Amino acid sequence: MYSSNSKNLNISLSINDEERSVVVRPANTLLSVIREGLGLTGTKPGCYNGDCGACTVDVDGVPIKSCLMLAVEGVGKKITTIEGLRNTPVQKSFVEHFAFQCGYCTPGFIINCNALIQKHPNAKDEIIEEWLESNICRCTGYKEIEEAIKSVITAKSEEQL
Amino acid sequence: MIQFDFEYYKPASIYEAVQLFQTLDSQGKQPIYYSGGTEIISLARINLLYTKAVIDIKDIPECNILRIQDNQLVLGACLPLTIIEDANHFPLLTKTLREIADHTNRNKITIGGNICGQIYYREAVLPFLLSDSQVVIAGIQGLKYVPIQQVFHQQLQLQKGEFLVQIITNENDLQLPFVSIKKRQQWDTGYPLVTVVAITKSSDNSSNSSTKQIHVAFSGMSPFPYRSEQIEEDLNQQNASVQHRVNLAITHLPEPILNDVEGSSEYRKFVLKNTLQHALTTLEAE
Repeated sequence: MYSSNSKNLNISLSINDEERSVVVRPANTLLSVIREGLGLTGTKPGCYNGDCGACTVDVDGVPIKSCLMLAVEGVGKKITTIEGLRNTPVQKSFVEHFAFQCGYCTPGFIINCNALIQKHPNAKDEIIEEWLESNICRCTGYKEIEEAIKSVITAKSEEQL
Repeated sequence: MIQFDFEYYKPASIYEAVQLFQTLDSQGKQPIYYSGGTEIISLARINLLYTKAVIDIKDIPECNILRIQDNQLVLGACLPLTIIEDANHFPLLTKTLREIADHTNRNKITIGGNICGQIYYREAVLPFLLSDSQVVIAGIQGLKYVPIQQVFHQQLQLQKGEFLVQIITNENDLQLPFVSIKKRQQWDTGYPLVTVVAITKSSDNSSNSSTKQIHVAFSGMSPFPYRSEQIEEDLNQQNASVQHRVNLAITHLPEPILNDVEGSSEYRKFVLKNTLQHALTTLEAE
């Protein structure tokens, strides 16, 4: 049984393929620990309430809103933030399709899109819509984001032919 | 940020969890069981929930089961909604879960957390209410298996220190004809004005012949989800028109009917009426 009856505990998190030690309060969210404890500020705070998706990170291949996860829940899991993605097809496609305006929502969208492509490389429109409804772009750049993700899926499908 | 501190425990067995609860409770720590945690974190952040100790039950194997065994679907309470959707053993449940929150949140929200939460809607319970499922509840006395209809009255009636371990549904009830309709104020996001979930199920009558009965459960109309025998009696009246049956059912809605920014109570009734007519027409055409 894992237990902590102290106000602060030292935990180890696997983030972006690195083991990072960090002191947390059990009440700290993963979002606050990623940004303030580990200095990975690519993950953006937005609503703190699970509504906007700006703080989405990848946990064991699954997109999770880090404002609704305790940091201590992340022990033993493989966490990927936007800093852990380098030159992925989704990132390239976002640039090519100008799929951002102010850019604040972009890390959350990219993490979600990347997980979507890993799980559903040939995702149909219905699946894309279902997954991407989890993120909000206040600049309303949805069209370009949609084009960016569809472009990656189309390219992957063509590769398979 | 959650302003107060709490202790965090992650027991690996049901026994450990219930013992821990007793111990922490006796120390005045107001322990709470924690699964997906989305509602707990949201409420704690705005000081609508307080605890000095959290017991995370996600490492308990029985709470993570997803299998069909002995002609029953067994779902562990800690299964995230998207895992259950992807398995799709129970299409009515899949359809209903897909309308809760959004996809990323459903990766964290668990079936037990939704059923036991404080949020009014708790739509995950509706298919289980219709299919006469059983719940497995752990407490200091051990495990108990109870028909959900007996323990879900506005909310799951858990005694202090108890938690939901599993929900069990007969395999025969998994593929029944159904409708699951969620009506919102606008678009596809936000809380429901009304959610109507209905199935048709054969029931034996006194002459040993089988008649089809409509079972229906609601969320969004009141501050709690429910299934009502009276409403089902109204909707199953033989030889009456759909409109008449729906009008009758509307007179038996439990009070209070929600009257808030999502929709007035009168508007909710109007939407429910149309939704019920659609549900009945669809099911009776099958």
